[in-house]
Amino acid sequence: MNKKQKKLLLRIIIAAVFFIPLYLISEDIVHVEIPKIALIIMFLIPYLLVGYDILRKAFKGICNRQVFDENFLMAVATIGAIVLGEYGEGVAVMLLYQVGELFQSYAVGKSRRNITELMDIRPDYANLETEDGIEKVDPDEVEIGSIIVVKPGEKIPLDGVIEEGSSSLNTSALTGESKPREVSEGSEVLSGSINMTGVLRVRTTTEFDDSTASKILDLVENAASRKSKSENFISKFAKYYTPIVCCAALALAVLPPLFIMLTKLGLSGYESVGALWINWVLRACTFLVISCPCAVVISIPLSFFAGLGGASKQGILIKGSNYLETLSQVKTVAFDKTGTITKGNFAVTAVHHSPLDDAELLEYTALAECHSSHPISRSLKDAHGKYIDPARVSEVQEISGHGVIAKVDGKDVAVGNEKLMARVGAEYQPCSHAGTIIHVALDGVYCGHIVISDELKENSKEAMQALRRAGVTKTVMLTGDARSVAERVAQDVGLTDYRAELLPADKVSCVEELLGECAGNGRLAFVGDGINDAPVLSRADIGIAMGALGSDAAIEAADVVLMDDDPLKIAKAIRISRKCIGIVKQNIAFALGVKLICLVLAALGIANMWVAIIADVGVMILAVLNAIRCLFVKKI
Amino acid sequence: MKKSYKIEVDCANCANQMEDAAKKTKGVKDCTVSFMTLKMKVEFEDGADTDAVMKEVRANCKKVEEDCEIFL
Repeated sequence: MNKKQKKLLLRIIIAAVFFIPLYLISEDIVHVEIPKIALIIMFLIPYLLVGYDILRKAFKGICNRQVFDENFLMAVATIGAIVLGEYGEGVAVMLLYQVGELFQSYAVGKSRRNITELMDIRPDYANLETEDGIEKVDPDEVEIGSIIVVKPGEKIPLDGVIEEGSSSLNTSALTGESKPREVSEGSEVLSGSINMTGVLRVRTTTEFDDSTASKILDLVENAASRKSKSENFISKFAKYYTPIVCCAALALAVLPPLFIMLTKLGLSGYESVGALWINWVLRACTFLVISCPCAVVISIPLSFFAGLGGASKQGILIKGSNYLETLSQVKTVAFDKTGTITKGNFAVTAVHHSPLDDAELLEYTALAECHSSHPISRSLKDAHGKYIDPARVSEVQEISGHGVIAKVDGKDVAVGNEKLMARVGAEYQPCSHAGTIIHVALDGVYCGHIVISDELKENSKEAMQALRRAGVTKTVMLTGDARSVAERVAQDVGLTDYRAELLPADKVSCVEELLGECAGNGRLAFVGDGINDAPVLSRADIGIAMGALGSDAAIEAADVVLMDDDPLKIAKAIRISRKCIGIVKQNIAFALGVKLICLVLAALGIANMWVAIIADVGVMILAVLNAIRCLFVKKI
Repeated sequence: MKKSYKIEVDCANCANQMEDAAKKTKGVKDCTVSFMTLKMKVEFEDGADTDAVMKEVRANCKKVEEDCEIFL
């Protein structure tokens, strides 16, 4: 609790201590003879003690032409009650209102602190290597190019490249992934990751404010400023609500009594004309008390803030509360292929028709290709995986448009396409698989072919299933790749549709076509790796960038940034947004619903001020607690 | 030119009123107040004197919500 809150608590306690005996006396529960005037004056003590700032704010509000606000409501209601002789109720209302205010201030402050602490992945210090040894400094002071030392268990304070040492890193603060990442000399490391096993000497590449951890934090903070439709609605609502309620209260205070007096209907129910007026004015005061819109106005921004914070902890950075809203309405998802659904590397995925062992065939091809720098030969060498002894290879001929011929261990090895096979006279087998086919012949005899294709990410298939479970009805892949490849991927992964052989401009028109199709029925999200997808990302309702660790372009263009490459996170993002929006709707419905019921009860004279203020504070407490639930998204 | 300021305000409604008051101030092109992060982001008109404008913004906000504070 801060100073202001502590002062308020003290005021409340002292006022309560004064109030309770006075109330008991005034209700004749405790029998003490006190002249009425004295009682009234004594009631004013706790009243003014606990409510002086409310009264002052109401007065200042009128002076500044900001008449209709909560303070005005409370001031009028309580003064009205006291003037009408309900001293106990008037003071109680003010007391309970302040209790509500204190709780609200405390709850919001605590939630804010919880959420910002949760998101605070920024380290507080760095071990800087200087001429005099290792000095512990503020990360702000470290210049680019300095060497810092990170010991096991410490957070990496700045982005950099490892100069010396190897270790495992825990990147869960950035990506939400708990799987450790192995790093060694030359590896790029990001601030916010936790060094687990070995000591690292890192040469920094950014300043503290530009480091990844700082950028992420800034992103989430800014996101809270980007208001959602719900928040805007609530702001507008609160602006009109209070004046309307005040007028309604006035009408309630004046019209029914006038009506009863003029028509003499039901007049017999009241002891006197005075009692008639008192009854209705009191109802109007109660009306005013209930009408406070705090619960809704507080809980909605809190829900969004918690949702944004919770998501960022999972490695899902959402750049605005409004995007959180749109995400929850997504029914169609369009994907880029390379880098999004597939790994974007080209690897050996199959070996067919080989009389030799797969490994043996790969060995021959890797050796034959050992001098080539072609990306395909790189894939072949990676697939072989073992040391390649160039001494075993001789008479290498690279024939452009065909392939490579070399002598490996004395054998004539031909590695290439059909044209090369025709040239060496080997009868090759064509392949039904999509991808690049590399045929191999040994001493003129066909020895099978190797399929090289873009590998699917492990989670892609599961990701599509998860999306379907999350309510996404259409999943479409957009790619510039060949139709056969696209069809294969779409089938393997389980997409509802695909478009292939697209030029970049075509991708935008595809998205527009899909937008037209889904108009009125959910929103469209586009998922890409950001680098060349900027126009498509901005055209879609929601642009999601993947694997954005460090990529400025992606962070700029996209509305949602997934900190790792995992397509499963897309479904998770949608589920998180749905939970958050669900809670927001619950709060609005609950708070407004209960208020409406209480307003009716107050108008009918059934609810008195005690009930009113308890309902008000109670609703607010529940709304705030419900809003915090948006933080807990780990298990979604 | 955009600048971000730390603020202190008690209730969400007051934050909204601060935002409205700031938007109406001369020299301010646009303004967002985030109650949750306690930050006010101001976009100034071209050529505006940020210090002078912010002093007026602060005064205007104080008029609508006495308890608020903008840390300049």
